[in-house]
Amino acid sequence: MTITDTRAHTRANTFAQSAMLVADREVRMRLRSKAFIVSSAILLLAVVASIVAGSIFGASASSAMTRVAVVGDGAALAQVASLEVTTVGSVDEAERLVRAGDVEAAIVPGDGPTGLQIVALDEAPGDLVQLLSASPEVTLLEPADQNSGLAYLVGLGFGIVFFMAATLFGTTIAQSVVEEKSTRVVEILMSAISARALLAGKVIGNTFLAFGQIVLIAAAAIVGLVVTGQDALLGDLGPSIVWFVVFFAVGFVLLAALFASAAALVSRQEDIGSVTTPVMMLVMIPYFLIVFAWDNDLVLTIMSYVPFSAPIGMPMRIYLGTAEWWEPLLSLLVILATTVVVVLFGSKIYANSLLRTGARVKVLEALRG
Amino acid sequence: MLQIDGVTKRYGDRTALDAVSFEVGDGRLTGFVGGNGAGKTTTMRIILGVLSADSGVVRLGGSALGPDDRRRFGYMPEERGLYAKMKVAEQLVYLARLHGVSRRDAEASTTDLLERLELAERRDDTVESLSLGNQQRAQIAAALVHSPEVLILDEPFSGLDPMAVETVLGVLHDVAKQGAPVLFSSHQLDVVERLCDDVVVIAHGQIRASGSKQKLQDDNAVRQFELLVASDAAWVREMPGVTVLDFDGGYALFEADDDEAAQGVLRRALQQGAVASFAPRHRTLTEIFTEVVK
Repeated sequence: MTITDTRAHTRANTFAQSAMLVADREVRMRLRSKAFIVSSAILLLAVVASIVAGSIFGASASSAMTRVAVVGDGAALAQVASLEVTTVGSVDEAERLVRAGDVEAAIVPGDGPTGLQIVALDEAPGDLVQLLSASPEVTLLEPADQNSGLAYLVGLGFGIVFFMAATLFGTTIAQSVVEEKSTRVVEILMSAISARALLAGKVIGNTFLAFGQIVLIAAAAIVGLVVTGQDALLGDLGPSIVWFVVFFAVGFVLLAALFASAAALVSRQEDIGSVTTPVMMLVMIPYFLIVFAWDNDLVLTIMSYVPFSAPIGMPMRIYLGTAEWWEPLLSLLVILATTVVVVLFGSKIYANSLLRTGARVKVLEALRG
Repeated sequence: MLQIDGVTKRYGDRTALDAVSFEVGDGRLTGFVGGNGAGKTTTMRIILGVLSADSGVVRLGGSALGPDDRRRFGYMPEERGLYAKMKVAEQLVYLARLHGVSRRDAEASTTDLLERLELAERRDDTVESLSLGNQQRAQIAAALVHSPEVLILDEPFSGLDPMAVETVLGVLHDVAKQGAPVLFSSHQLDVVERLCDDVVVIAHGQIRASGSKQKLQDDNAVRQFELLVASDAAWVREMPGVTVLDFDGGYALFEADDDEAAQGVLRRALQQGAVASFAPRHRTLTEIFTEVVK
């Protein structure tokens, strides 16, 4: 045996090269994991399904014509867009059509103030009653830009996608850190590259995956809205989706660094939960806030500037039209600054904890080194 | 030449390494021996830059080691482990590339190494699916895949099956033959004695002895001789300047005050009859070790 024949030549990797090698491995290994593929597919399907469902319900509510039989002069009613009018000669004939199911209701002369009576089979047709009633005129002093029910759903959508992706990839990065510690491979890695390059590679790799997933979901949402003919909604939602993607990218780097350094404190997969719980809370709180306080301006404004909730809060305010043009930029700066600080501290904790196996390392000890 | 110069490491109040200095010569197999907790692993981690020293330097070829030099080191940590779910060849290529080897070279080197370690058939199996013996081979491959110019192996023989021990021995010899400094720690003093050119003894974070195996034996030599004769050797006790340590019929182990006293014993033995053997006794590394460590 000799080792001269295939002697490999080495040249120094730069920090970026080392980090990219690590990131590349993270991505390849994750794409090979069935659990990852399945959970991503489920998230994607859920988004597409909700858009398609929205389109179906929307369509049935708006476009279906109500067929009615009218006794007497149906000309005036025939002008109403949502009514398909069949003019019949007598009340008896109208009732026959209703019983046969050929029409949903019959409008016959009556005694009330409107002079009309509605004949239906087993249920009062609410739409028709409303249509034929006289409603007082309504004036809104402060009209909302968006329909409130829809706004709630949009907020919930941002909340769920952020929460799911952050949890999924946060857990992934934590497991990957502990895997290297528990299998001891980390010592070989650290003899080849710096702990910072290792951390950077992990954060880049997982952020790339998370970002890719979010872009995929956003693209599916946009395509879904266009295909199902909900262009109008897209016009309202588009800018906030784009901002959501941008905020998510930066916000996730922050979370990834937190997850990685928290996980570096322990040596066994079973202990991950105990150290990542505080980080998990940081992801859950904005989710609950958006669920319970989606229409509270003050809460949303605060959320849109706090780094952990800004990826939900700011796109939500953009959608509601309550954010000035400069606000997302300012909030983005806040997140960036926080991310830099967290990454600096995080990489210190990470580097100082990697070789300490066994008992959980205390954060202060890890910072002191 | 790898020089460890005045390296000190403290953990709180405890001094793990106290001004540790020794050298690992080019092409020299150097055994690093010491009890548990003596500081072997800490020293090796500092050499690899995995840990930082509080003071002192590690030099290679006269200049202080930096991260760029360390990529040319091959390292087998005491705590073994590779990515369990990664394929063997894929993993070796990855580790080689982290050390700065190009993809093409990394693949060539991996194929060659797996061939030599008889792991070629397992190249696309995950590490966790390998038998324990094969996992050890994969671990050895991980230390060698980037064709290191310096080898640092922490307990390379512990937990190895006899076949793997021979493989590692062969590899160590190969690397040393090419002029690389090779440092390995071991509890198995007989292996160190059989294999090493140089020995470094560490105890409680301090270097107790270092140098060539011969020098160590000379430094700690005692004037002891063994005599085996056909007849009863009880007369040896009466010789001047001689202390008998062990005696059994025709066998005597004695300590002589000087060479002349020893020669006197030999002359007397020849006069008495046939001499089967007469030789100075070399102390084993184990004996020397227990003495210098005290």
